Amino acid sequence: MAFLELDHVSKYYEQYAAVEDFCLLVSKGEFISLLGPSGCGKTTTLQMIAGFLNPTSGAIRLDGRDLASIKPARRGLGIVFQSYALFPHMTAAENVAFGLEMRGVPRAEREVRVRDTLAMVGLDGYGGRYPRRMSGGQQQRVALARALIIKPDVLLLDEPLSNLDAKLREDMQIELRQIQRNLGTTTVLVTHDQKTEAMALSDRIVVMNKGRIEQIGTPHETYEHPASAFVSQFLGKTNEFSAEIRGDGDARKLVAGSCEWQAPAGPSGQVVITVRPEKITFDAAGDNEGLGARVKTRIFQGNHWLFQCETECGPAIAVRQNDGEQQPAEGDKVRLVWRAEDMAIRRAGDVQ
Amino acid sequence: MSVASTADKGAPWPLILPAFMLFIAVVLVPLAMTVLLSFHDWGQYKGIEPVFILKNWEEIWSDSYFYEMFARTFRIAALATLLTAVFGAPEAYILNRMRAPWKGFFLLIILGPLLISVVARTLGWALLFGGRNGIVNKALMSMGLIDTPIAFMFTETGVIIALAHVMMPFMVLSVWAALQRVDPQVENAALSLGAGSLTIVRRIVLPQIMPGILSGGIIVFSLAASAFATPSIIGGRRLKVASTLAYDEFLNTLNWPLGAAVAVLLLIAIVLIVVGSNALIERNYSEVFR
Repeated sequence: MAFLELDHVSKYYEQYAAVEDFCLLVSKGEFISLLGPSGCGKTTTLQMIAGFLNPTSGAIRLDGRDLASIKPARRGLGIVFQSYALFPHMTAAENVAFGLEMRGVPRAEREVRVRDTLAMVGLDGYGGRYPRRMSGGQQQRVALARALIIKPDVLLLDEPLSNLDAKLREDMQIELRQIQRNLGTTTVLVTHDQKTEAMALSDRIVVMNKGRIEQIGTPHETYEHPASAFVSQFLGKTNEFSAEIRGDGDARKLVAGSCEWQAPAGPSGQVVITVRPEKITFDAAGDNEGLGARVKTRIFQGNHWLFQCETECGPAIAVRQNDGEQQPAEGDKVRLVWRAEDMAIRRAGDVQ
Repeated sequence: MSVASTADKGAPWPLILPAFMLFIAVVLVPLAMTVLLSFHDWGQYKGIEPVFILKNWEEIWSDSYFYEMFARTFRIAALATLLTAVFGAPEAYILNRMRAPWKGFFLLIILGPLLISVVARTLGWALLFGGRNGIVNKALMSMGLIDTPIAFMFTETGVIIALAHVMMPFMVLSVWAALQRVDPQVENAALSLGAGSLTIVRRIVLPQIMPGILSGGIIVFSLAASAFATPSIIGGRRLKVASTLAYDEFLNTLNWPLGAAVAVLLLIAIVLIVVGSNALIERNYSEVFR
């Protein structure tokens, strides 16, 4: 039984479709990320759930109730905005208490709950500060506490971490995930961060493009088996080589440069194969297997090496763990090898 | 760019010299002369005598006429300020939420009073409300809504309304500037936390634009307290305020020293009120808005 249900939701601005035919079932306690480039309709979707925008067609249901007739103020959803949208003229504690005040919770209970919630987000003793006197990370926590204190049915996060620096963002990701797990709050996150944020936090991710859903799945599944070229390119780096499927019956071969594989069933002709950079290894045996290439640049990135290679089928990147192995130097001739099951094949010209 | 070198440090002084000279010549010197003038003696037949006496100041101090007149001046200024705040703040809020073509159009309408000469504008009020022949009075009387014309000319109410009308742009622009700093998402945030639209305005929007209303209030108050044209046309001879009284002393009675004393007193009072309220605002809001 779905807790939050988006049923063929569309939003049109005159002729322009911001969101089109969006269907999603979210179960209770699930963490869902809407992921896509800017303008893909993810924020519009979030605002329709929040009630700031009305869908042109389709229905949004929460626990079986249609939300269309319920005003945003009565939906009981917790929202963390990209800009945090804290009330600058109130202290952190007053900010957090605001939702309880609106619900008529008595002062004594309010104070206890504000103290507990601030402690939960790690802001013990900061209640008296004004937002302008707090760092970005602290403001972020106040915004989270303010959204969580009303015990929302659904927590909506609009790019909550994008204004934080990289180190802090990583810490907040872990913390956010822990808090969400402990409370069991159903959460919808919107982000344009290609991989880390959505991957680290979500039970499932929804990849969107041009107002439509490209793929819904667990982070691992979507990364490993992208449903479209867009998804594979959007979720992390990927290599693309043009190839050809030749022959008939058992003799059908997939040929890319000097490489040959057993071709899978399906149509013949020009195809594109995609391989993730971390799946590529260098052929150590030197037995002329794999794609011939030359290392153009080699970049050390701490825990791994990044290689940019020029292959017989075009440029490619490969990532190798910094595990102490001897790595090829710039200018070295190498052969790129990967397992047949690590590559995805699609028809050439099939961009979407 | 060698900021540290001594030659560069002296550079700003020659640059501000022309403006500074102008400032001395047209502001400081006349002001100092006015202050001096207020200590001179004057008689019906002897004219101005350049001596140092406190006669004019004693006259203002002891005559209740001047108390009444200054009280009226600041009452008019305060009520006009209140009126601009009550109408100007919502006006700015609505204007800020308007869409592109209408926003500019209505901003122009609000700035309108500033673009029209004070005489034409004030005569407009006179045409609308001036006695039995005023258009509005005529219309209301012919409809039987009122028996006698609404008194507008030569009344305090008339002066206050006309002043509030012309000062409105300063309030609207000041509140508008404050609204630009308000995160557009805070209203949605309050909405999602269960606040009604009235609560949002009262608890979220108003406190954030309060500094704008107060600084707009300071501008409007000081301009209204020293306004001359509007009170002199609508208030006329009967309803004197400090600036029209000083004018009369200078040009009708020819008692320049007394006029100078009134003018200096008005200046001091306005400066004290403005500086005082500004300090108060700064203290109250320094914690929140920096």
